[in-house]
Formats: sequence, structure tokens, C-alpha cells
Amino acid sequence: MNIIETSGLAKRYGSSWALRECTLAIPAGHVAALVGPNGAGKTTLLNLAVGLAEPSAGGVTVLGGLPPGSPAALDGIAFVAQDTPLYKNLSAADMLHLTRNLNRRFDQRYAAARLGELGIPLKRKAGKLSGGQQAQLALTVALARRPRLLVLDEPVAMLDPVARHDFMGTVLAAAADDGVSVLLSSHVLAELERVADYLILLSRGRVQVAGEVEDLLASHRTLTGPAAEAGLFAGRPVVHVRRGEVQAHLLVRATADDPVPPGFQAHPVDLEELVMAYLREPGAAALPGPGRGRALPLEDGEPSEVTR
Amino acid sequence: MTTLTVPARPKHDGGPRPVPWRRMAWVSWRQHRAALAGVAAFLGAFAVYLWLTGLQMHHAEAAYCHPAGSLGCAINFTGRYGETAIIVSIALQAVPALIGAFTGAPVLARELESGTFRFAWTQGIGRLRWTVGKLVPLAVAVTAAAGAFTVLFAWYNQPWAGAGYVTPFSPRVFDLLGVAFAAWTLAAFAIGVLAGMLIRRAVPAIAATLAAYAGLAFATGLWLRQHYITPLVTRSPNPPGSASVISGWYTKGGRFAFGDHGNGIASTVRRLCGGPCHGTRLSLAQLLAQHGYTHWTSYQPGSRFWPFQWIEGGWLLALSALLIAATVWLVRHRAA
Repeated sequence: MNIIETSGLAKRYGSSWALRECTLAIPAGHVAALVGPNGAGKTTLLNLAVGLAEPSAGGVTVLGGLPPGSPAALDGIAFVAQDTPLYKNLSAADMLHLTRNLNRRFDQRYAAARLGELGIPLKRKAGKLSGGQQAQLALTVALARRPRLLVLDEPVAMLDPVARHDFMGTVLAAAADDGVSVLLSSHVLAELERVADYLILLSRGRVQVAGEVEDLLASHRTLTGPAAEAGLFAGRPVVHVRRGEVQAHLLVRATADDPVPPGFQAHPVDLEELVMAYLREPGAAALPGPGRGRALPLEDGEPSEVTR
Repeated sequence: MTTLTVPARPKHDGGPRPVPWRRMAWVSWRQHRAALAGVAAFLGAFAVYLWLTGLQMHHAEAAYCHPAGSLGCAINFTGRYGETAIIVSIALQAVPALIGAFTGAPVLARELESGTFRFAWTQGIGRLRWTVGKLVPLAVAVTAAAGAFTVLFAWYNQPWAGAGYVTPFSPRVFDLLGVAFAAWTLAAFAIGVLAGMLIRRAVPAIAATLAAYAGLAFATGLWLRQHYITPLVTRSPNPPGSASVISGWYTKGGRFAFGDHGNGIASTVRRLCGGPCHGTRLSLAQLLAQHGYTHWTSYQPGSRFWPFQWIEGGWLLALSALLIAATVWLVRHRAA
């Protein structure tokens, strides 16, 4: 089952396209990270998935074929929007009670126990809680609905590192223990590797990279070698070149078994490097399916980025 | 950090039965009880004032105004309370607008302004039930409060109406009596929620509601209300006391000559007297009658008070239902 499936999905606000020709399918059972620069269309895609927005073109289904916003989809998806909106004048206990009344299922015991564990006083108004506590309250309320899919829009952008770590801990526990699928958008790359096992990279309203993190890491390598010989790679699937005075670092699509050119050394990449490389090369793409991946042709003498 | 386990979901949830309507009752109450308490306090303060002054008025009327028109009545009743009653009835005209604007406009505007609509509209209950479950009970509550208040005002107004000092069609009291007051309050609420949905900010939505309400109320009082039922026309110089006169005019030879208020009447009189009419002792009506002019008056008889109330209540109810339906439609179709 795919938790979200889109084909040719597009959304226009006024005259500008927030999302274009977006085709993807995210299988269930993952913590999927939606990354991309500001304005890439992350929030738009999430709003379409939770039924807050309607497509201008193309289609989107959730939870294995349900239309977003339909009763069954609303029932199965919990959404925590950007800046974790809560009713600031309601106490934490009232937020729980409110959410309980707005849904068919609500696990009051889980929610109360979770807030107790986090040290969030039930009587305190949501607006008086710290930013980290507000985010945790919003997440607790969402998880107590026992959703099949948890959608989080920039959940940790406003949080300090400790609060961010704790928040993601809660998300991961829910994913591991209850099998909740998670789709979260973020431009904080630092924690992604710990959290996400599926990656979608959006750029300028289009899907640039999509796939399981493990596969993506296995199919990319960094090659380090003399800058003068970087030209040897013309025609090879190079994603990004970082060229210094002496040495060039090339992020290429290659597995550990692929031969390394003489004079070069191959290193595995981490997720942050991989994402950064693609972010810097909006023309490159790595998409599932035969022949979908394409890398930039490397033109000699046109360094993509020069480090001095 | 330790983490709690989320208990396993039951395997078969069945089809998604909708969340029951009554669950919204708690939500609406919890989120809007402060606004409803404000309405209760506002109307309650007004009611206490009406009750206290009304008692004094009733006593004065009972003690001095039988027969009505006596000197004692003029001193101790009309002279003493007349001005107060006029000011009260004028002040009450604003009450439906205030209730509607302050309870109606923020309902959706606050959600949109603070971003909490992203929370509310993604819950299992769905946007339709959420909106209807909020708006309808609130609308019923403010309408019922206004309706109860009308009963008190009718009692307050009774000494004046009984003695014929104020006719039921008087624009000062017509929309405070019968079903009109509650209907206007409902209309103000409906205008408020739609304005909140369209403007998306509470304070500008409140201002827009007050402006729209004022326009509608003035237009109704000035132009619309008198046409609910075709007026009666009489040649009698004095239509029945409880009637509401709409206009008067003269005819000659079966043709319209001129209205009571206009240039035609002055120039005709000057022509008939052959000058400024200083010599004549005839009244204007007698003079014109002598020259073959007939005076007509169109009016609404006082017996039409309740039909008029139902007509006004009816169209305001229909308008409110339409505005609330439009708001629900907008909520369902609004994209984030």
C-alpha cells in the first residue's frame, strides 16, 4: 500500500505554480522525509495530501487509494501543521478533550500518560507552554488519534536541539511500535539520517529525488581525485562537482562495485551530502523506475562550484 | 528519554462511521462559552435596567394615567419617562448588530487568523460537521437569547403602546417587538460568520459586519418594510390611530395632481389664492377641497402588525439560512 500516490499533481496559487508534474508513490511503513529549499512546494504537497488544498491538475490519493479529505482519509491521517497550531487559550487537558470529541478514536490514556512523562501540566494553557512543549502537545494529540499516517509539516524548525531530539524520538517510537507511517517535511538536514528511511527531494515544485534512503546511499559515491582529471568523467553520471585548487570531489551515481578511475578514491556518502549535492544541482534527478535517473553531463571547464 | 508504546489499533475499524453530531456540542461550548457569557452579561445588564425602570413606569402609568391625557399623566408619566423610553428604544437598535458581530465574526476568522483551521479541518469529524455543529447551535443560542429579551421589551413598551403614544409600526419599536428582534440578531450573526470567513481576520470582520448590518437595517426601515403588503388607501383625513401613514397626495378629476410634500402644492395654492393667501381663513385641505382636489392617504393598518412581523422574520430567517449555507460551502471548499 502506498500512503500517498500522486500523478501529474500540480497546484497553482494565482499565477505561480507551487507544485508541478509531481508524480510519486511513497510506500507504507516508512518515515519519509520531504526535503527541499524554501518555496519548493513541500507545504503545498502536504496540504494536498491532508485535504486542506485541492489540486489544480493531476491526482492524489492517500492510504491506498482514498481521496484526501474524504471521511476515511481524515479518519486515518493525523496532521501537525507548521508552527503546531493549538488553541492557545485551552488547557492541555482541554486540547485532549477537544480532539477526542472531534474524532472517532482517541486514546486518552496514552495522551495523558505521554504528557505526564513529558512533564507537561494538564491544567496549563497551551499558549503558556514552551515551544518544545507545544510541539509535543500537538504531536501527542495527533498520535492519540491512532492514525495510520502521521503528516508533519516542518515540525522541528522552531525547536532547540534538545526539543528537536525529543520530538523526533516520539515520532520514531510511534513509527517503530505502532507501525504508523510518517511523512514529514523539513529543511533541517542534520537529523534526517537518524530519522528518515525514505527521502523525497522537491525542488522548484518538482520531484528531484525519491527513494529509500538505504538505496540512495548505496547508489551514490564521492570520488576524490586530482582536479585536472575531473574532466575524465564527462558523460558519467555525475551529480555534483566540488572542485578545489588541487582536488575535486565528485558525487556520482555509482555503487560500491563500480570501478574507480585511476587516481581517484571512492567514499560512501551520507544523507546530508547527498541532499546537498542534489539541492545544488536542481537539474539532476534520481527517481525510481528504469531510466528515470539522470545526472548532469559534466562539461569541462565549467565547475559547478569552486572552493578555494 | 523513555517513550510510551502506542497500543495496537483494532484490526477491523469497520467503515468510518461519522463522528456523532453531539460531540461537536462540547467543542462549540468550550470554545465559545466566553462569547456566549458575554452576550448573557450584556443582555442581562440591559434586562435589569429595563426591569427597574419598567416597574417605575408601570406604576406611574397605573397611578396617573386613568384617564389618559390628564395633567397628572403628562407630568408623572409621559414627561418623566418619555425621553428615557425613546433613548432606550434607540439604543436597543444596536444590540442585534453588536451581538451578531461579536459572536459571529470571530468564529471562523479566529481559526483562519491563528492557523488553527489546519488543525480543526483535518480532524476525523470533517469540515461539514465541524462547521454546521458550530454555527447552528451558536445561531440558535443568540437567537433564543434575543427572543427572550423581546418579551421583556414588549412588557417595558406596554404602557406606551397601550396609551397610544407609540404605534407598533413606529420604526423605533417595530424591530424590537414580535419576532423581528430575534430575526435581526440571527441575521447579524449570519452576516458575521460569513464576513469572518471571507475577511479571515476577526477585527476587520467585526467592523464589516456592523457596517453591513447598519446598511441592511436602514434600507429595510426606510424603503422595504412599507411594501410588505400593498397599503390601504383612504379619503378620510384621519386614518385609524394605530395605522402607519406612508404617503398622502391629491387628485383632481381622477388624476394625480401633487403629493403632500412637494413643489406642486405650494405653486397651486399660490395660484388658487391669486397671491400669498393672506386673506383666507380656510385650512389648506379645505381650500384645495373647494377647488375640486381630493386628498388620499395610503397607510398600513395596525392590525397588520403580526403579518408584518412574520414577513420580516421570514425573510430574515431565509437570508440567515442562505448566508450560513454559503459559509458552510466556503469552509468545505476553501483551500489552505
